Amino acid sequence: MSRSNRTSGHPSSPLSRRRFARLAGAAAAVSFVAAPFVARGQAAGRVVVVGGGFGGATAARYLKKAAPELTVRLVEPAARFVTCPYSNLVLGGWRELESISHGYEALRDRWGVELVRDEATAIDTAARRVRLGGGDSLIYDRLVIAPGIALRAPEEGGIEGYDAAAHARMPHAWKAGEQTLLLRRQLEAMPDGGLFVLAAPPNPFRCPPGPYERASLIADYFKREKPRAKILILDSKETFSKQPLFQQAWARFYGDMIEWVSLAADGKVVRVDAASGELETEFGTLHRADVANVVPPQQAAAIARSAGLADASGWCPVDARTFESRLAEGVHVIGDSAIASPMPKSGFAANSQGKTAAAAVIAALSGQGQPQPAWVNTCYSHVAPGYAISVAAVYRAGASGIEAVEGAGGTSPLDWDDANRKLESAYADGWYDSITADMFS
Amino acid sequence: MSKSGLATACVAAAYLATAAPALAEEPADVSILVETCAGCHGTDLGGSGAIPSLRAHKAEYVAFTLRAFRDDERVATVMNRLAKGYSDAQIAALAAYLATLN
Ligand SMILES: Cc1cc2nc3c(=O)[nH]c(=O)nc-3n(C[C@H](O)[C@H](O)[C@H](O)COP(=O)(O)OP(=O)(O)OC[C@H]3O[C@@H](n4cnc5c(N)ncnc54)[C@H](O)[C@@H]3O)c2cc1C
Ligand code: HEC
Repeated sequence: MSRSNRTSGHPSSPLSRRRFARLAGAAAAVSFVAAPFVARGQAAGRVVVVGGGFGGATAARYLKKAAPELTVRLVEPAARFVTCPYSNLVLGGWRELESISHGYEALRDRWGVELVRDEATAIDTAARRVRLGGGDSLIYDRLVIAPGIALRAPEEGGIEGYDAAAHARMPHAWKAGEQTLLLRRQLEAMPDGGLFVLAAPPNPFRCPPGPYERASLIADYFKREKPRAKILILDSKETFSKQPLFQQAWARFYGDMIEWVSLAADGKVVRVDAASGELETEFGTLHRADVANVVPPQQAAAIARSAGLADASGWCPVDARTFESRLAEGVHVIGDSAIASPMPKSGFAANSQGKTAAAAVIAALSGQGQPQPAWVNTCYSHVAPGYAISVAAVYRAGASGIEAVEGAGGTSPLDWDDANRKLESAYADGWYDSITADMFS
Repeated sequence: MSKSGLATACVAAAYLATAAPALAEEPADVSILVETCAGCHGTDLGGSGAIPSLRAHKAEYVAFTLRAFRDDERVATVMNRLAKGYSDAQIAALAAYLATLN
């Protein structure tokens, strides 16, 4: 992608072009009012984006695409982003980690996003200032924050014994990268006939079908390499996403290799001992795993909570139309940290929210009325080679908040033939390339 | 799943009974609507792997196709489920917008 694509790469509607023209004038005034201490000549609208994942990278890209005059600073400590989507394919041995790792260069070179390779350590929403690990601060007119999830520590309602040290013995692999590789190595080292236990979290959590796609792809790996191995899913829920579709495919492809234990059947893991590989459930059953993958209860990432953006639930309440925080002005929280129900905590949803939040920020900075938003989500799950399933929905902002459009969406039908499952596996690959290009190209 | 479906249905029913219809009927900005397609059809809507391009189609073709998906007249994998989320007016706006891309 060359620099010359910068303006011709994507359709910008006449409508949004009109908005930019007005923005140029209006934003200068806004910035003067919002930050009287900033030296003259500094760029008009300053937007800081915290977190360069699905929500943040999308927001930064779409902000600059629609309003190149804005100064957009993307605060992200990692040099490369490893996607959770498709990390289950790495666990199954289908993909290498490199193929799901993406750099930020195009955001900088093609779109003019300023990369701030640092961590946000504190946010003063009254002073509109983000403090960085390196000591500097960034002033913003608008903040977009998409820092993802935190895994609850034992004292935060997590699982007893599952502290940071235990993550190194019993990986969660719920943030992709080192954790993914660690779990993969453990699976490779596991003897045939061994027991793999996956502890699945209660709602709400990142990627509702994720644990079950993971079990499927690890089963595919075991089927090829360790056919006597067993997979035990200990669940903190009574039901799960796309359950009939998963269970139908498990029976067909993996026989009785995968056993799922519901909450009522004593599936809830309440304590782990990382040293011995032991997991204890609610009613006192002990399971000894050869490899344990513990996905604990979750909440909004630490920076969102310390900035005062989360409520008692641990997640961040937002306005349905703009995703502006209900707890702090001028701050838009998107992605997994936000309470966007009925939208799931998915990469697709975070990407979709990144675009509408970008439009909301531009409208606010230019003093325009807020556009009417629209969102889509589709989560594809691979279950076996050439066999994938999906769940989809279309969303809008209604009087009661975000609503799934009635009559639309749903899962792939249970009675589909193999040709459709194969098509969905090809479309899933198309989706992955599409969404990552929509963030990073 | 059925629980949340029920909740959604109740919310929708309550909403229909009480809210001013204007808000729900207000169509999404077409440039925002079309950005939701980019997650699958490519960031420039030029297609992605097996997913077809949405560029260089005639408006009639796109409108016909989206209605055919919506009404289950054209069999597909995901588009039948997604197209049911759009009104005739939204489909017309999407078709007109996409027809401007070459
Ligand atoms: C195994 C698995 C499979 C999945 N598969 C799919 C799938 O197929 N499809 C799908 O749609 N979704 C999938 N998901 C869900 C998806 O990964 C998340 O919903 C998505 O990443 C959420 O985006 P986000 O922007 O909120 O957070 P993230 O994408 O996690 O991005 C957060 C970013 O913020 C940064 N950050 C955090 N704190 C700070 C700070 N203080 N300062 C600066 N930066 C900070 C982090 O480094 C990170 O880069 C999957 C998840 C998992 C775990
Ligand atoms: C979840 C991914 C996904 C999203 C989101 C999506 N599409 Fe599609 N689209 C597909 C796939 C896959 C096909 C191939 C048909 C099928 O199997 O559903 C397709 C086919 C089409 C076609 C037929 C193209 C042809 O060559 O005949 C049109 C038109 C279309 N989509 C329009 C749209 C529009 C407009 C949007 C946004 C409002 C959209 N799509 C959003 C995945 C998606």
